[in-house]
Amino acid sequence: MTTFIIRRLITMVLLLIVVSMVTFGIFFLIPRLAGQNSYELAAQYVGRNPTKAAIMQMEAKLGLNQPLIVQYGHFLKGIVAGQYYNSGTARTWCGPPCFGYSFRTQQPVWPQMMNALPVTASLAIGASVLWLVGGVAVGVLSALKRGTVFDRLSMGTALAGVSLPIFFTGQVALLLFSYKWQIFPNVQYVPITESVQYWFSNMVLPWVTLAFLYAALYARLTRAGMLETMGEDFIRTARAKGLPERIVVTRHGLRAAVTPILTIFGMDLGLLLGGAVLTETTFSFPGLGQFTIQAINNQDLPEIMGVVMLASFFIVLANTVVDILYAVVDPRVRTA
Amino acid sequence: MALSRWCQLSPCGILSVGAIRYGDDNVRYAVDMDWWLRVAVTVDPSPGQHGLPADAGLTSAETAIEGRSLGQIAWRRLRRDKIAMGSGVFIVFLVLVAVLGPHFVANPDVYHANLINPTFSRPNGPWGGISLAHPLGVEPVNGRDMLARVVDGTQYSLLIGFLATVLAVVIGVVLGIVAGYFGGWVDTVIGFAMNVFLAFPLLVFAIALVGVVPSSAWGMSGNFLRVVLLIFVIGFFAWPYMGRIIRGQVLSLREREFVDAARSIGARGPYILFRELLPNLVAPILVYSTLLIPTNILFEAALDYLGVGLIPPTPSWGQMLSDAVSNGFYQIDPMYMVIPGLAIFITVMAFNLFGDGLRDALDPRAR
Repeated sequence: MTTFIIRRLITMVLLLIVVSMVTFGIFFLIPRLAGQNSYELAAQYVGRNPTKAAIMQMEAKLGLNQPLIVQYGHFLKGIVAGQYYNSGTARTWCGPPCFGYSFRTQQPVWPQMMNALPVTASLAIGASVLWLVGGVAVGVLSALKRGTVFDRLSMGTALAGVSLPIFFTGQVALLLFSYKWQIFPNVQYVPITESVQYWFSNMVLPWVTLAFLYAALYARLTRAGMLETMGEDFIRTARAKGLPERIVVTRHGLRAAVTPILTIFGMDLGLLLGGAVLTETTFSFPGLGQFTIQAINNQDLPEIMGVVMLASFFIVLANTVVDILYAVVDPRVRTA
Repeated sequence: MALSRWCQLSPCGILSVGAIRYGDDNVRYAVDMDWWLRVAVTVDPSPGQHGLPADAGLTSAETAIEGRSLGQIAWRRLRRDKIAMGSGVFIVFLVLVAVLGPHFVANPDVYHANLINPTFSRPNGPWGGISLAHPLGVEPVNGRDMLARVVDGTQYSLLIGFLATVLAVVIGVVLGIVAGYFGGWVDTVIGFAMNVFLAFPLLVFAIALVGVVPSSAWGMSGNFLRVVLLIFVIGFFAWPYMGRIIRGQVLSLREREFVDAARSIGARGPYILFRELLPNLVAPILVYSTLLIPTNILFEAALDYLGVGLIPPTPSWGQMLSDAVSNGFYQIDPMYMVIPGLAIFITVMAFNLFGDGLRDALDPRAR
């Protein structure tokens, strides 16, 4: 078991290194491949009508004139060990994990991301609890009551749910519940440290809208999985030995049907923690997603790199956790 | 000939049939359940067709039971499925709208300031200014015709959705087959690449990627560059899912006897991959491509919504929705948000329904 965990952790680190290489390559190489040189890149960050000297200075300051491999080395070193940055005359220490300084605002990237993270985390964790419980419950019920009105109704809704974009349902929810009926007026993010009550009441609408879309998908997956599992021989055996139907469904059927769902759940949660971009934009919450959009609009490469790395970290971490949990449940996985 | 005779002699439990080209002849073979009679071969001098493998050997009239190919069975089932057929017809209609529609509607870029309430900058009249001249109303502020913009948006949405899917399917299928068939280090490398792709925060990465490319590059510029870029970005991130599914299928297919049979009469790598394995993968490829299209349409709409899609004034559904939320138009003119939202919803729903129907029709277990 220990070997398995160690092996998974090594793979995780390896995966992150490759992701960092590819990300770095793409964001620093693609502009060059598309025909921009480091001088033109630096010119973007200097301001209106810059002098040639100012651009050259910026180019040197941002390190854009160095070879890509050297820039990448600096980037990695900053994350692992931290490093010094020269800003004009002063020399500042940026402790690990250091994702550098914004090309635009000169703010360090890491603290900014840590400010945005609680917003995204409250959104993602709250919604994920809702959709996992809701989606699996509806899926199981409609599998057990296959062909009934409930099944048809819930599966119809689920199909509609997977076809709806959040930036449409979010606006409909805002229009009806926030603007027309004033149940949750002026939805905006309130930190939980400020007021638990207002944090909660402002979160309800985004949670429900986000969870609805995922719940629809999970209900469909659970139903399909349940239908398949309930036809298996071991279910027949469980029934034959006289177990009550409740136990057959929960202990035997659901247990087998829900494991693949948990894999997807891990991935979805990890993906969402890296920035619920669409939800945050629709409800204008200042989370990681908004941070990303701003970074991209500003062409702020260190911020883009930082947020992509953080988001990848969450995805890879979630996958690794799911894998390890799988190995705990199912010993066959450990040897694979 | 030999094949049908052989079928009469033994209970014809054919596991697999296929045809390969050997020299100038088409060689048909069948793999029987009896291990000692693994391969029966007929030589057919006329150029045969390579359809789904099951319909190649069973066409002979001498067999007592009329054979039906997977394609025929699926088509019969699909025809009975009213929902799937309805959504299929609707998809055809959407394609027609996308191709012919822009020629019939008004110019999507013409302003109609006279239809706009000057104080609230919302369209005059109820329901977003719906009238005979403007069946879906007009936009707030500058009064462009909504129908024209929605129809024009269909064109881009479908084009990008389709082509991105084609790209994803081609990459996914080729790499999936190769990984599944060869195994070993090839599988490890491709598998790792899939994991790397799946570890990227897709949406974040796609917006960032579209963002860093300058407005003209690689000899293309403006919206044309954007469309190409969107197709590549979306297609490039969608392939690992396809790849995984195909790899899994190939892992079980490559152990089947018909592959041994093909190999035993001299077929080599690429031939087995694309002439033997690929036809057996038609069903999953078809189903997942159909289900990938709506995902990609949603993805494209999301990129438009976030402002990294098509460049205005080119109309797109996502961008209309983004306009509705960022300027608060959803409060003063809900139709401006509802119409593009419904357009996305109906389109995506139609593809999903059709994909579901197709999957049920092609599902071998439900026969």
